[in-house]
Amino acid sequence: MKRSAWGGPWLVLLLALGGAVLPVRAQSQKDAAFLTTLGQLRDASYDDKQAIVEKLSQSGHPGVRAVLQALLDERLYYRNSDQRIFIAKSAEGDPLKLVDPLTLKDAGSASADSMTQIGTNNALRHSVRLTLARYSLSSPDAAVRLDAAREILTSLDDATIALLRERLPLEKNAAVKKEIATGIALADLDSTDASARLNAIATLKESLSQDVRNRLEQLTGKNSDGSFTEPDERVRRAAAAAMQTIDGWRTFYADIQILFFGLSLGSVLVLIATGLAITFGVMGVINMAHGELMMLGAYTTYVVQMIMPGHIALSILVSIPAAFIVSGLAGVAMERTIIQYLYGRPLETLLATFGVSLILQQGVRSIFTALNRSVQTPDFMSGSLRLNDALEITYNRLYIVIFTLLVFALLLLILKRTRIGLDIRAVSQNRAMAKAMGIRTEWVDAMTFGLGSGIAGVAGVALSQLTNVGPNLGQSYIIDSFMVVVFGGVGNLWGSLVGGMSMGVVNQLLEPYAGAVLAKILVLVALILFIQARPRGLFPQVGRGAEDK
Amino acid sequence: MKPTGRPMTTWLLTAGLVFSAAASAQNTIKVGVLHSLSGTMAISETTLKDTILMMIDQQNKKGGLLGKKLEAVVVDPASNWPLFAEKASELLEKDKVAVVFGCWTSVSRKSVLPVFEKDDGLLFYPVQYEGEESSRNVIYTGAAPNQQAIPAVDYLMKEVGVKRWVLEGTDYVYPRTTNKILEAYLRAKGVKPEDISINYTPFGYSNWQARVAEIKKFGSAGKKTAVVSTINGDANVPFYKELANQKISAENIPVVAFSVGEEELSGVDTKPLVGHLAAWNYFESINTPANKAFIDQWHAFIKNPKRTTNDPMEASYIGFNLWVKAVQKAGTTQTDKVIAALPGLSTPNLTGGTATVLPNHHITKPVYIGEVKADGQFNVVWKSPGEVPGDAWSDYLPGSKDIEADWVTLHCGNYNKVTKKCSGQNYK
Amino acid sequence: MPGLLQRDRGGRWFLGILAAVAIFVPILNLAVPAGSALHLSDYGIGLIGKYLCYGLLALSIDLIWGYCGILSLGHGAFFALGGYAMGMYLMREIGPRGVYGDPILPDFMVFLNWKSLPWFWHGFNHLAFAALMVMVVPGLLGLVFGWFAFRSRVTGVYFSIITQALTYALMLAFFRNDMGFGGNNGFTDFKDILGFDLHSDRTHVSLLVITAVILAAAYLVCRWIVESRAGRVIRAIRDAESRTRFLGYSVESYKLWLFVFSCVLAGIAGSLYVPQIGIINPSEFDPIGSIEAVIWVAVGGRGTLYGAVAGAVLVNYAKTYFTGALPEIWLYALGLLFVLVTRFLPDGIIGAWELHRKRRALPDSPEPAHVEGEEGVIVKK
Repeated sequence: MKRSAWGGPWLVLLLALGGAVLPVRAQSQKDAAFLTTLGQLRDASYDDKQAIVEKLSQSGHPGVRAVLQALLDERLYYRNSDQRIFIAKSAEGDPLKLVDPLTLKDAGSASADSMTQIGTNNALRHSVRLTLARYSLSSPDAAVRLDAAREILTSLDDATIALLRERLPLEKNAAVKKEIATGIALADLDSTDASARLNAIATLKESLSQDVRNRLEQLTGKNSDGSFTEPDERVRRAAAAAMQTIDGWRTFYADIQILFFGLSLGSVLVLIATGLAITFGVMGVINMAHGELMMLGAYTTYVVQMIMPGHIALSILVSIPAAFIVSGLAGVAMERTIIQYLYGRPLETLLATFGVSLILQQGVRSIFTALNRSVQTPDFMSGSLRLNDALEITYNRLYIVIFTLLVFALLLLILKRTRIGLDIRAVSQNRAMAKAMGIRTEWVDAMTFGLGSGIAGVAGVALSQLTNVGPNLGQSYIIDSFMVVVFGGVGNLWGSLVGGMSMGVVNQLLEPYAGAVLAKILVLVALILFIQARPRGLFPQVGRGAEDK
Repeated sequence: MKPTGRPMTTWLLTAGLVFSAAASAQNTIKVGVLHSLSGTMAISETTLKDTILMMIDQQNKKGGLLGKKLEAVVVDPASNWPLFAEKASELLEKDKVAVVFGCWTSVSRKSVLPVFEKDDGLLFYPVQYEGEESSRNVIYTGAAPNQQAIPAVDYLMKEVGVKRWVLEGTDYVYPRTTNKILEAYLRAKGVKPEDISINYTPFGYSNWQARVAEIKKFGSAGKKTAVVSTINGDANVPFYKELANQKISAENIPVVAFSVGEEELSGVDTKPLVGHLAAWNYFESINTPANKAFIDQWHAFIKNPKRTTNDPMEASYIGFNLWVKAVQKAGTTQTDKVIAALPGLSTPNLTGGTATVLPNHHITKPVYIGEVKADGQFNVVWKSPGEVPGDAWSDYLPGSKDIEADWVTLHCGNYNKVTKKCSGQNYK
Repeated sequence: MPGLLQRDRGGRWFLGILAAVAIFVPILNLAVPAGSALHLSDYGIGLIGKYLCYGLLALSIDLIWGYCGILSLGHGAFFALGGYAMGMYLMREIGPRGVYGDPILPDFMVFLNWKSLPWFWHGFNHLAFAALMVMVVPGLLGLVFGWFAFRSRVTGVYFSIITQALTYALMLAFFRNDMGFGGNNGFTDFKDILGFDLHSDRTHVSLLVITAVILAAAYLVCRWIVESRAGRVIRAIRDAESRTRFLGYSVESYKLWLFVFSCVLAGIAGSLYVPQIGIINPSEFDPIGSIEAVIWVAVGGRGTLYGAVAGAVLVNYAKTYFTGALPEIWLYALGLLFVLVTRFLPDGIIGAWELHRKRRALPDSPEPAHVEGEEGVIVKK
């Protein structure tokens, strides 16, 4: 370690500090030691940094937690001019707002150029996180304690086990207590006392965690010389039984998870098809620009986020109506300028809308460049809902399932309960009669197309949370959305819902056996065969309007 | 810098197209740019087109080349492979360009290769690729597998202590080759077959839920696990999003990627990606005066101070500089002489060291491994001790370990050391 | 047969132009010295050859769409299958000259550690067998697919969408490296065809002439079909399917055989395309590509046969031209072209021209009704 490089200024600083706080010399010596150790972080290798972190945490200095947290969040800097270490309040922004690591008080600000960040790597972050988890185990917030306990379980050593044993009697929260008990039981499996090991297995049987299962499996295995790793047969049998229980539950939850994966894929399919179910299903326009209308919605989300930096969650909520309006207006414009001249010639609408889709694609390429745009995920949509150790449901998928159902319900409400919905249904069932009844069919056409397009835009908001926001977004979904509408039955909204959901579930059920590509091919082949059996889809439209669609 | 004005007044359509003799003014040197500006690959390739335009602009400000101005001829092969061949032929035969900078995907390169060999053109190919090729008419300035994949795996094995491997790729030739090489390499290092999981997904795959759940399961066997990702382009964002949502962090299962760089990250919310790795021969964050100057120049040219730079851009930069040097050395833009002048030429890298053209038409490159930071840049955690020479034919594949490429002494891109025969794509 | 062209003025023009191409192109390329202003470059040969292949594909689409109202949005699949069959022959023809020097296995198989040739690759070392497969494979797929679809009376947009599903599924399948068709890279690096070097100008010119001759022959056969008695039934099916059925015609078999013939034509087009382009890969199965092919027909004018070919040439020429001249904004131009043609020239360019000609000849004749959709329903507006 190159002490000479940083010794000078620190010595001065130490002298200054020492001079200022003579009466509390013990404290000041502690501070000085803390600062010296901290200073070593500047140009240590990643391995050395780990040792330094360990040393810091053993020092017991009040500033340690803040410093380690800052290191973890890439907020720990040193000043290029005097090599002093500071914590930044936020890693973003220029100038950086600084905090003194010793006193944890504001220390002014400095331009980002004049500061150098102290880098971390994965191993270092992991050990910092573990160190912090030990602190968090005594946090007043039960959720924090739970996360900390889980973090600690990933790598147990003597020190952490001692800490867990210390916390167990103090812990009030049942969930945290269970995690801690699991940790102690895992440690007890190494106990020399067979009955302690048996007790540990009894505790571990309740767990669903893969780590526990792997540990139990070790107990049932053999060494390389053929002897059992676990000498006591009772323990072996108990371990095997516990493992079986855990496996049984894990399989059960894995099946539930696949079902959820299927529903979530299905709801994406439904969402992308719902708008098309109107423009194509109800109006008979083979709308090849449907994908690009979704793309417009996704880009709207991006623009709204640009306009409202710092309010990501809110911006998503604002984007939904904004995307509806943008894509809806684009749809109305398309309808008024092109499609209205092509009614009754569905195949020609295909050509014209294909042309529009090319123009829209190139349009966003010209405005936003060909690069993908980064749309932030709000906090409430990231991460997963942990039901137990074996089953977690990701929030973004969960919200999209809910969102799809909401959009669908809203659409049904519009079609079935509002005046414009009545008009739409009337015009789609019998245009001439509707006209004779005084409905302004041209206006209704424009509104219907706008409604379908607007919903495509709303789907785009959801897609921006799942995939790339780029000029190709639309093309990658257009075929799937047509498949769903045709499978469900053109002109039938419920068909799209049932069709999309079942296509999603079947796809995911096949995937573990056939692989992703083959599963998709099988679904397509099944769809082709299904259409042979029921040429009008799942829910064919009946009545006199049906034939000329 | 604007693309060439072309004869616009063709009304006899076919006749005009076919006969329009390239109205090439003799006082310029034409440089072809063959990168997709539309379609699926536009996202990556547009940047390279701009890079070459910037380099040409700069060279012209320095007074051009051999006393002539450079003139860019930009075409759009639209991510369509047959169109790549057609446009290559247009550049070489109609526009009579001196050199072409272009292509990204392997299949586009394979598609234009016969055209370049037939018309004796010169192509600079700036993207990391699977190797197993060496053409007289192509200079490969991107990384071969031994300049990217193997050092990355070495790092994970030695520095991170990874014992279990998921080789996850998009189903096409680059991931297939890379994974084959890596599998052979890992097995040679004593990794058991049950500790390697290989999986392929289609292009643009977005429904990663089940696959990520499987990776999570594979990684929970009690041994340190890493994912080596050769996932291509568009499928990456949903993949990383799913990893984050299923709470797979870089600390428990790191992902090292060979196709994810600064530009790909600029379209992603990077916070959940922190700590995942990438192996490249260039990172924007590497602090050298040359790199800083390049970045400033790029920002000024593209008029956007937030645009990132990336590895294929550096490869284009190196390729362009090598070509300029070769033309200066040969004193002409004639393809044969330029090709002959290229091997042995060196030009500085942006991140330090030099890139030297090897007899196999690949170049020497430094290797860096970086961890993603929250701001979308990379924190370099490992650097190769020197430059690694690009190996056209991998030593880890049974079919190619006896093959050698050498355009200086053997004059062959595919020379079998055992049978002492030259064959393959350059067979005439 | 000789009377076939008597009432077909456009067809006579079309065949005349094709004959001119077949005669003058070799002269301009091979006989005129390279420096001359009249010299046709190899690049030009490549373009014309490609356009003619696309023209044949467009012809096959127009035959079923323009005359029988069957809109296939998956004809690219048959085109690509024909191309793959030809590509398999060309791969086998490489023989031991591949990268890895294996006498039998193509390079990608050596690379994927295949030990022996898969069964479906046998026989492709003979051009005659490959030529047969070029017709049999797309024809058989068309037969099976059409038999199911027409028997179940899948019509209109349902039919169009499942043809999209078909080509999409095939694309995904061919992308799989495990399929044994070279995955994403497909087949490239061809050396020769029947011993003729594929990199030489003479081979290219010959291929172009062969394509022109086949296109002319295909045109005549198509014209003969639509002018025959069966052709009238086919048009009757287009205009009123149920009525034709009630009159006692077996609508399904007429549709099926026409569809199969069209698939075979598309396959032939693909097989001519591959040696001239030098690559075949799964992106030829891209559903968007099939839609584009339909657009060529629409732009040229459906239901005229030669119009479809003209559309294919025109749109592809526009693409070639714009991607070179306006690389940044060519999609706007192409998109606008599609929109304007459908909006203002519903019968395509040839259709508009014919209409113009007829109007001039008979100033008082009423505008021909634009018939569309099944059962002749044109009530909507």
